[in-house]
Amino acid sequence: MEKLIYDFSFGLFFWQLLLFVALVFLLKKFAWKPILNAVDERESSIKESLKAAERARKELKELQSDNQKILNEARAERERIVKEANDMKNKIVGDANEAAKAESAKHIENARLQIESEKQNAIAQIKTQVAELSVEIAEKLLRKELESQNKQQELIDDLLKEAKL
Amino acid sequence: MQFKTSKLFLFLFVFVAPFFASAQHDADTAHAEAEPSIKEKIKKDIEHHLQDSHDFHLFTDNATGTHYGFPLPVILWDDGLHVFMSSKFHHGEDVVESKGNYYKVYHSKVYKTDESGVLTFDEHHHPTNAMPLDFSITKNVFSIMAIMLIIILIFSRTAKSYKTSLVPSGMAKFVEPIIVFVRDEIAIPNIGEKDYKRFMSFLLTIFFFIWIVNLFGLTPLGINVTNSISVTFALALITFLITQFTARKDYWKHIFWMPGVPVFMKIVLAPIELLGVFIKPFALLIRLYANITAGHVVLMSIIGMMFVFKSWIGSPLSFGLAFGLSLLELLVAALQAYIFTMLSALYFGSAVAEHHDEH
Amino acid sequence: MEIPTIVGAGLIVIGAGLGIGKIGSSAMDAIARQPEATNKIQTAMLIAAALIEGIGFAALFAA
Repeated sequence: MEKLIYDFSFGLFFWQLLLFVALVFLLKKFAWKPILNAVDERESSIKESLKAAERARKELKELQSDNQKILNEARAERERIVKEANDMKNKIVGDANEAAKAESAKHIENARLQIESEKQNAIAQIKTQVAELSVEIAEKLLRKELESQNKQQELIDDLLKEAKL
Repeated sequence: MQFKTSKLFLFLFVFVAPFFASAQHDADTAHAEAEPSIKEKIKKDIEHHLQDSHDFHLFTDNATGTHYGFPLPVILWDDGLHVFMSSKFHHGEDVVESKGNYYKVYHSKVYKTDESGVLTFDEHHHPTNAMPLDFSITKNVFSIMAIMLIIILIFSRTAKSYKTSLVPSGMAKFVEPIIVFVRDEIAIPNIGEKDYKRFMSFLLTIFFFIWIVNLFGLTPLGINVTNSISVTFALALITFLITQFTARKDYWKHIFWMPGVPVFMKIVLAPIELLGVFIKPFALLIRLYANITAGHVVLMSIIGMMFVFKSWIGSPLSFGLAFGLSLLELLVAALQAYIFTMLSALYFGSAVAEHHDEH
Repeated sequence: MEIPTIVGAGLIVIGAGLGIGKIGSSAMDAIARQPEATNKIQTAMLIAAALIEGIGFAALFAA
């Protein structure tokens, strides 16, 4: 300890203190500030670029997922349209079938009705013909039968008798 | 022949040249009285190396006895300014007269004497003569100035290289990782993200200053700045002052009225904590001083071994040990700078810390 | 007077050496257990070693 105190030189201490403080300020101005600023600047620029790259990657990813979504949507839309078209086709075909069936049924019905009416007509014609024929026959028969007076009388009587019944 | 072989070794181990050159010089002066043993010479030489001196002594040619080096200005304050060149002392042999006062240098310290240069000693062999305030540009001050100039050159050039582009080039490639290391490994973890910027200039300066000064201490120039107690004291004082003046309320509260402990303990802890405030920077200055001094002493002793054991085993052994130790000293140079910076940052961190939590 | 001082210095060196050795060995253990925390452990180790060293030096100079 004594040796340390004996060795202590005030002059050296003074110069060291003075010079060192001067050195700190000189270096602060001419070295540390520019160097640290440059290092900081570079670090922040690196950080910024990394962040930007990260952002770009994220955007790209989003874009890709968007694309995928759009693609998916388009696919769904297409499917929907195809399905709708299919449905419509089926419906149209069904409707057409139905209509055709109904038409044909109507036609058949019409034909049936016509046939019926024709039949009725024919029957009626036949009937009238038959009636005419029968009247003719009956006329002829009657003529033959009622050639004599008594026979006419006889018939009248018969008819009367029947009518009374 | 004797001198020739030792000279050969001096050239082989250039980096110790100054020490041995001065050893021979001391031996020369002592030669007349008695032949000192080689061990004593080495001891004296080491002592001489560890001291500051008023001239920059590089080496001495033993054959002719001429000293190589250059004188430095001596600035004394003794009821007026006395300025003269250290060459006037003639390596401590002469008394210098300046404005009617007489000065003599003894063990690197300037004493006021009478005309004939008589020094009186106390029982510790310390002169009792009056000492003028010595602001001389001594060898250490000169070295500090030179090294600071080099540091400023290195770092201002580094800073300039960033002006052209943010990508480090040249010197910056080497320096920048260290700066970033100081920031990310020393400043931020110890001081905190919020406050560290205020201390960066000091931490970086002290780190590089101590490191580069330590490295210069390993060169053959014989510079030994960080093993002067005055230098480490000045550095630790700055750390101490910064710690006290940036301290927040919590820091003082933790010293004088430690929260979360019983009142009795608070009273016991306060003086201990207060003592700690002074012990911390004291340990800082002693650590740096002692580490570097110890390194120099051991290294020089090992090199000195070569001249003690003048045998074919001793010299290679000494060389090997000295080489290994020099490598270790390279590590210690950086490690001590790191530890000094680290502990400074730690103290600053404790000064600016805000304790929101209970303890 | 010479001998007790030297002995005291020796004791201090032994004490500080043991202390720093203990710190070193514990740090090694810790690093082996948690290699990912190497940096933090090293920092703490250096600080602890530096503190012991400081006390050691203080005692050495007092001795």
